[in-house]
Amino acid sequence: MRRLTVLRSPVGAASAVLLTVLLALAILAPVLWGDRAAAIDTDALQQGPSADHLLGTDQLGRDIFFRVLVATRLTIGLALLATVIGVVTGLVLGSVPSVLPRWAARIVISGVNIAVAFPGLLLALFFAVIFGTGTIGAVLAIAFAITPSFARLTQTLTASVSGRDFIAAARVCGVGRFRLLTRHVLPNIAEPLVINATLAAGSALTAFAGLSFLGIGVQAPSYDWGRLLGEGLNRIYISPAPALGPAIAVVLAGLAFNLFGEAAAAGHRQRSHRATAVPATTSSAPDDGGLLTVRNLHVSFPGGITPVRGVSFTVHNGEMIGVVGESGSGKSLTALAVSRLVEHPGTVTADALEFGGKPLDRTPDRELGTRLAMVFQDPTTSFNPTKRIGRQLSEVSEVHQGLGRVAAARKAVDRLGAVRIPEPERRAKQYPHEFSGGMRQRAMIAMGLMGEPQLVIADEPTTALDVTVQREVLKLLATIREDRSAAVLLISHDITVVAQTCDRVLVMYAGRIVEELPTDELFTAARHPYTTALLKAVPDLDTDRGAPLAVIPGRPPEPGEIGRGCPFAPRCPLADDQCRTEEPELTDFGPDHRVACWKSETELAGVR
Amino acid sequence: MSELVFTNVTVRFGHHTAVDDVSLTVPAGQVVGLVGESGSGKSTLAATAVGLRKPTEGHIRADGKVQMVFQDPYSSLDPRMSIGNSIAEAMPRGTDKKAEVARLLELVHLDPGRASALPARLSGGQRQRVALARALAGRPRVVIADEITSALDVSVQGAVLNLVRDLQRQLGLSMLFISHNLAVVRYVSDRIAVMKAGRIVEEGPAGEVLEDPQHEYTRELLAAAPRRHTRLEAS
Repeated sequence: MRRLTVLRSPVGAASAVLLTVLLALAILAPVLWGDRAAAIDTDALQQGPSADHLLGTDQLGRDIFFRVLVATRLTIGLALLATVIGVVTGLVLGSVPSVLPRWAARIVISGVNIAVAFPGLLLALFFAVIFGTGTIGAVLAIAFAITPSFARLTQTLTASVSGRDFIAAARVCGVGRFRLLTRHVLPNIAEPLVINATLAAGSALTAFAGLSFLGIGVQAPSYDWGRLLGEGLNRIYISPAPALGPAIAVVLAGLAFNLFGEAAAAGHRQRSHRATAVPATTSSAPDDGGLLTVRNLHVSFPGGITPVRGVSFTVHNGEMIGVVGESGSGKSLTALAVSRLVEHPGTVTADALEFGGKPLDRTPDRELGTRLAMVFQDPTTSFNPTKRIGRQLSEVSEVHQGLGRVAAARKAVDRLGAVRIPEPERRAKQYPHEFSGGMRQRAMIAMGLMGEPQLVIADEPTTALDVTVQREVLKLLATIREDRSAAVLLISHDITVVAQTCDRVLVMYAGRIVEELPTDELFTAARHPYTTALLKAVPDLDTDRGAPLAVIPGRPPEPGEIGRGCPFAPRCPLADDQCRTEEPELTDFGPDHRVACWKSETELAGVR
Repeated sequence: MSELVFTNVTVRFGHHTAVDDVSLTVPAGQVVGLVGESGSGKSTLAATAVGLRKPTEGHIRADGKVQMVFQDPYSSLDPRMSIGNSIAEAMPRGTDKKAEVARLLELVHLDPGRASALPARLSGGQRQRVALARALAGRPRVVIADEITSALDVSVQGAVLNLVRDLQRQLGLSMLFISHNLAVVRYVSDRIAVMKAGRIVEEGPAGEVLEDPQHEYTRELLAAAPRRHTRLEAS
């Protein structure tokens, strides 16, 4: 199934058709036209193209067109043979270091490294001289010219897979080195290897034609395209067709292999990466005075997948709001939509998506860059590792606020101090790797403070940090909110983190807000069965060690799996027929409290 | 009985000492929780116990087989191998693999009919159960659990913790349970060891360590652990 993605691109489809034709020719041509290609006609020596002989005849009067067709088998067969030998040798040389003792492995690796330094065709010529002229010599020459790059590729891919946990797990289970290689490593690197082998076949084909053309490949009476080309070239000024025919065949076949390999590689890359672009469409709606107003926000992806399905909430000035949900609940995408960072092919729609009373899609980047700050989960990947921290901070002010270089640098130091980074002047001159994780996250927040943010969106800002550092970062967010009266939207999977810091909590499940309530009421008045189950499921330092932890059966639905009814119904102890057929809307339950549950009136056992 | 004993274990990477003269005993049939920050050497210590890393100095003694469950169930299972084969691979020779796979899947509350499924068809929580089943397939006496719930969603984490506790009691396993989350460690452990900068700074029965912490770093960890009814104020 996955292989078929190659055929979806025009290049892939065209090259696949060409390859099929070539293979069919290789199999059938000698059977169908072998006799005609070998037939000597002394009445028609060295003729030009005619109706009888499309590409003319050679010095023995044999039809060149049929000879080209018949030569397909030998040409492609030898190219594939050379590729197979080269790839297998490369594979062995590339993977044995992981099985050999260390000193032997080092010798093999060094040998490969040296061989890689020589250009392939040069190696082929070198080997051709060593092995002597002739078919076998040429096949081995080309095979060994392919070997080093393949050995290197295998080494690199093997190294990248070897670091994964499943290899360590298999080793712990007592799986031997050889089996580790054949069962775990090779299957996981097969795809790029196959793609590269296809590309190598294309170059082997042209290289082989080259050797035969030079007279050190296939010898008479055998003939391949390279040999036919060489023979035709002698009289190219008299009659170009006998040379052009095999030349075109070489080009077409080489292209077919290379383009097929490229298309397969492109398909492979597409599966591992997603493209980027930011389309966002919004229509304005009446403003109700919040700093951030989100009404009926949807984020969807092609294929009818809608991970955010109608989210509405308001953030007021200086408020700290927590968004809680599990992975796949849509919380992070909601944050990305608010900061206009949803990547292509995702589309964002909303009845209203307004920041400071203005539709977000009409807010200029510069304004958004200074008034809205975003803090991501992993501070390691948020900084450019090659630039000093201070410089990365000051660039924000140079770009967004038009500050001069000196003023911006001074501001950067000031902001680093504001997030309690000791010795901010010295630290500003350091690179990201010289900062600890917690320090980097603080620097990230400092970067957000280079503008005058009215809203800080923090997406799992403490998840990658240790507990002691986590507390510092949360305190810092609380301080910023107090000192600058900036609003904070804190997104977390950890309900205890949110409970400690926020004024209000939004609980998300399957792309919707299922409950919104003040934090004070979280442990006493939560009404949605999902909220209460979450609170019970997470152990803290007061959990009863004697009893099993509360468990929510099943798992959250994937965005593509949401059907009719309440998405939590399959896991909910209170669910009845109505829950399974109708999805409840988020409705007012009391002042500042909204719940999306048909059973919110039902008395639930208190959380604690 | 099946103890796991680390004696003066030191692991160095070049000039960096990841584990610094650690002596620690996991008594037979008990769970020792190992807490500490990332980079404190917890996982390196675990790697020495299963032979993934050789200690620079000191030695490790285990009675019976040691198996390990890894942190990230998304990378600890071979994506190209069915879960049944992954589990069967760890079994000793001569086992009736099919029956044993079914039994183990049942033991971790998974449908034995799914043995032929690839990991991609499973959720994170289910994958971690498969990883547990694979660890048990080698009939270990000692199991090392390295941050096994930190990659899981909270609603799934509880089920895995319950399972770990049940299995440990049912099979009488000795277990080294590593986590940065003190609340999780507290829930499963009989004893708690606190690690900082490669050293064990405190070790003792769980109740004592939590109620009467002796080392300043343990107190710091306890203070930082989130509690339900305390609010974090701006500093």
